[in-house]
Amino acid sequence: MNDPMNGHGPDERGQFVSGDVAWGGRYMPEALIAELDELTRVWTEAMVDPTFTGEFQRMLAEYANVPSPLYDATRISEQAGARILLKREDLNHTGAHKIRNVLGQALLAKRMGKTRMIAETGAGQHGVATATAAAYLSLDCVVYMGKVDTERQALNVARMNLLGAEVVAVDSGSQTLKDAINEAIRDWVATVEHTAYCFGTAAGPHPFPAMVRDFCRGIGDEARAQVLELTGALPDVVTACVGGGSNAIGMFTAFLDDEVRIVGFEAGGDGVDTDRHAATIYAGEAGVLHGARTYVLQDEDGQTIESHSISAGLDYPGVGPQHAYLAHTGRAEYQPVTDAEAMDALALLARTEGIICAIESAHALAGSLRLAAENPGSTILVNLSGRGDKDMGTAIEWFGLGRPQ
Amino acid sequence: MSVTSTATAFERTRAEGRAALVGYLPAGYPDVPGAIEALKVMVEAGCDIIEIGLPYSDPVMDGPTIQAAAQQALEGGIRTADVLRTVEAVAATGTPTLVMTYWNPIERFGVERFAQGLVDAGGAGLITPDLTPDSAAPWIEAADARDLDKVFLVAPSSTDERIAMTTAASRGFVYATAVMGVTGARASTSDLAGPLVARAKATTNLPIGVGLGVSNGTQAAEVAGYADAVIVGSAFVRTLLDAGTDRQAGLAALRKLTEDLADGVRRG
Repeated sequence: MNDPMNGHGPDERGQFVSGDVAWGGRYMPEALIAELDELTRVWTEAMVDPTFTGEFQRMLAEYANVPSPLYDATRISEQAGARILLKREDLNHTGAHKIRNVLGQALLAKRMGKTRMIAETGAGQHGVATATAAAYLSLDCVVYMGKVDTERQALNVARMNLLGAEVVAVDSGSQTLKDAINEAIRDWVATVEHTAYCFGTAAGPHPFPAMVRDFCRGIGDEARAQVLELTGALPDVVTACVGGGSNAIGMFTAFLDDEVRIVGFEAGGDGVDTDRHAATIYAGEAGVLHGARTYVLQDEDGQTIESHSISAGLDYPGVGPQHAYLAHTGRAEYQPVTDAEAMDALALLARTEGIICAIESAHALAGSLRLAAENPGSTILVNLSGRGDKDMGTAIEWFGLGRPQ
Repeated sequence: MSVTSTATAFERTRAEGRAALVGYLPAGYPDVPGAIEALKVMVEAGCDIIEIGLPYSDPVMDGPTIQAAAQQALEGGIRTADVLRTVEAVAATGTPTLVMTYWNPIERFGVERFAQGLVDAGGAGLITPDLTPDSAAPWIEAADARDLDKVFLVAPSSTDERIAMTTAASRGFVYATAVMGVTGARASTSDLAGPLVARAKATTNLPIGVGLGVSNGTQAAEVAGYADAVIVGSAFVRTLLDAGTDRQAGLAALRKLTEDLADGVRRG
């Protein structure tokens, strides 16, 4: 953690430069620039302050159950024809990698003297994680959630309420994640003096993409050491699902300088040949969304197009700018995985290994099974970013579960 | 078409010893012709400069009023070309006309292409709420090549260094956001605006306009006491939203509000 930038950017303006494209940066109202500068300064200092990094590591270990284990998934490997290693982020407190990011940002908020933390959430996972960290560190918490999502995810709204957070239903625009982000930014413009914005993914304006990456990079750092210990070699391929891309960049960062193939799997929804998907890198075009230059699903006038995925966590029409950069430079590949492929993988993992993973993570697994078929005998490290309890409603509907047979 | 510049408007208002009234409406609300008609009423009733909003799907600096109108414009199928058409119709009145827009639609349309389209339509320039000068190199280049106004924003939270950088990059006038918050009419004017205008004025001879929150003549007079322009948006949009489908009533209310505000900037 001695080099917050890890030698992989961004530059001091928050840009990941590839050829003539500067991904990332800061396309934000002037009113927030001073705060973003201050956040950058405090974060940069904190990451080389042993008091901060020690406290962060202590919280991760004692509270969040980190490091998560690496699991040699021999039964599914047998079916896949390749060795599948699962990084079990689903076993973290609150059930996903996201606890790493929110604990980091909440600790930073305390360091900056903030008393209130706001967040956006889609299905509610980041909202629950933020509410958890806010409760743990005694911060007031308000979570913005699209009205449509609050209705679809009433259980998570209840969890946030139980944790002491206020949930605001956002009824503007498409009433989903991107509108929740817009509303959180609007709140922040007015409350920035005492409020921290705990952004849920490695996207948005600088320093969020790099900051969220660095709070999540333990995933890859741990997994790399765990794989070396288990197999004596690096994996052939490292994979993760990509929505905004925090779990993916957290996994990939440790392997950027290795001779390891890196593949991210985006939500292909009904298929990338339909208009119902969230394959931002595969099907989007360069633009600016939520403060960063990145790939965006947009129409010919630059209006954001609504994304679609069975997985709420991947249902976002933008993507973190470092992923755009890695795709543009060719260092990482990004492929779409459809709803159906993901749900098949989810069922297979449940039956072969007794693990019900999140539908987001099932995208990573599904794509990895495809890679396994193409490269038999290879070793594939998959980030199993979250657990599937939250997705049972979707699974019941998709598979027709719970009916007498 | 010859472009009427904002500089011309400010020369006139300064000669008259008063602040300018800058009025905003989004293009395409209630529809493209309806917005043009409304903007012309604002010109007739006393706006010195017009800002036309380019409706965008993700307007992070706008409060509920402008969001609602912009959303309806988008649902009505407004295109970027329609915005330029609206500019052309309003600029033809001889009143300097700017476009206020989030950045992505301009980039998508093509920065050079939009800048040229603006010139061809008689537009005076752009106001860019989510584009600061340090990220604006392509726009600055395109604008400078065509003598278009570049109106950047300063905020109460801006450092002195950033205010100096922003005013140095601006052309036409500088937009001072009076409050920390999004657009929307407010009951009282902000005590943050006066000091911000003073800080901006210390760095530039450009006129300083104050926006965010002004909704009536009394507030306009107060702001006109220390600013070169009073910028009003949500209050205008509100009159149209409140009138609903009764367009004539909406236009009448719009005219009355414009007259009140125009009177206010003359009292300041």
